Amino acid sequence: MKVSLARRLAAGVVVGDGGWGTMLAERGLPAGAPPELWTLQRPEILAEIARAYVDAGAELITTNTFGASPMRLSLHRLGDRFEEINRRGVEIVRAAVGDEVLVSASIGPTGRLLAPLGNADPAEVSRGFAEQARILVAAGADVLCIETMTDLEEATLAVRAARSISEEIAIIASMTFDITPRGPFTVMGVSVSQAAETLASAGATLVGSNCGAGVEEMRIVAKAFVEVATVPVAIQPNAGLPRRQDGVLVYPESPDRFAAAVAAMAATGVGLVGGCCGTTPAHIAALRRRIGR
Amino acid sequence: MSSLQELSEAVQRGDAAAASGATTALVGGDIGPADILNRALLPAMAVIGERFREREIFLPDVLLAARAMKAAMAVLEPLLLRDGVAKSGVVVLGTVRGDLHDIGKNLVSVMLQGAGYDVVDLGSDVDADAFIDAALDADAAVIGMSALLTTTMTEMAAVVRRIEERGLHDRLRTIVGGAPLSEAFAREIGADGFAPDATAAVERIRELVRR
Repeated sequence: MKVSLARRLAAGVVVGDGGWGTMLAERGLPAGAPPELWTLQRPEILAEIARAYVDAGAELITTNTFGASPMRLSLHRLGDRFEEINRRGVEIVRAAVGDEVLVSASIGPTGRLLAPLGNADPAEVSRGFAEQARILVAAGADVLCIETMTDLEEATLAVRAARSISEEIAIIASMTFDITPRGPFTVMGVSVSQAAETLASAGATLVGSNCGAGVEEMRIVAKAFVEVATVPVAIQPNAGLPRRQDGVLVYPESPDRFAAAVAAMAATGVGLVGGCCGTTPAHIAALRRRIGR
Repeated sequence: MSSLQELSEAVQRGDAAAASGATTALVGGDIGPADILNRALLPAMAVIGERFREREIFLPDVLLAARAMKAAMAVLEPLLLRDGVAKSGVVVLGTVRGDLHDIGKNLVSVMLQGAGYDVVDLGSDVDADAFIDAALDADAAVIGMSALLTTTMTEMAAVVRRIEERGLHDRLRTIVGGAPLSEAFAREIGADGFAPDATAAVERIRELVRR
């Protein structure tokens, strides 16, 4: 029987999955091709990665829909496959992992700046997020994961749009921070307390951070979230910044070091832990060993 | 009566109308256009770049300052051309193939133009030969590449390799930047330079052009 994210969080620390984009690149996704292309062309690879994360001990598996907002897909000339990419994105993971594992549908930023700073119309951005969330929820997603956001206004539009589609679905709202002399801020100037407060009142059931420079930096971000958040905190760092060796990208954090650092964050009150770019099933397995069942 | 100080402050607070107005007032006076550029606009953008590097200010502030700088340059540019003020050089810029993120690259473009460079901006999703052909066409010495994604940053290596293959490395220098990049990555792919931010990009490109 499926146990909801809320009940899992009430019972203890929840372990999510790790990176997807870097896993796809490792399996031959051409540099620069949108990862969503493989939802259409190589669904068996997505299923294999999803199962590898479940075997590693993840309770929550992310869909390959990070770049599947209407604005981003149309930039890649995939706008006419919008419905299919989002629906299939959920269906592929669900079919691979079964009914007991939670499917967390990823929603990433549009990549555009909102007016008046940029030229993206907030109403259009909001409609796009709502439309994406509607398809993801209808396809059976258990969780909506709004991630890698840097602009609080865009993140808030996404959370509100997602909440307008479903009153009960769990929504993770996650932003990416830099460490400054005055503490963590996104590149757009958003502090952890602003993010935690605004996103929770917009309807997020978890707030937190993903991506970024690595686990050391994330420790500072996680601490700040745990101090101020009124809802559970989700933390999913990168395995550091990549280097290139013999033509392939190599991430500096080994599974053990990553797991030790992230498990330490969980011990300080983070509710959901996982990984972002460069993390693999080996990182998640090491994390699961430290957290326990 | 407008002063260089007022112009610099207008740019720093991102007030495009005031920057344009102050420039228009100044060009009617005794200060030459090159001095307006070198004593007000460039120092203003240097302050902005430095404060952004220290994260005392954030991307929106930098973008607004860049917009004000552009407004001032629109007034100044024809006069600089008339006076035959020497250009610093030509730089070709673009976001690499498959990557559509252009905010950082646009920022570098404005900073370079402010520093007196002619910029050939190829936009985003630019492939290796397009970078090289544009650089040859414009007689550029430097190609600047941007990437935001870990899945596209390897494309930078392809551009560097293509320059080698076409036997052009003595003519074309490369510099790379973008959120997931590091000095180590730049070195490993054989790029000639790495810039962690737009201010650093201008400094490094100046060194590359001089070589």
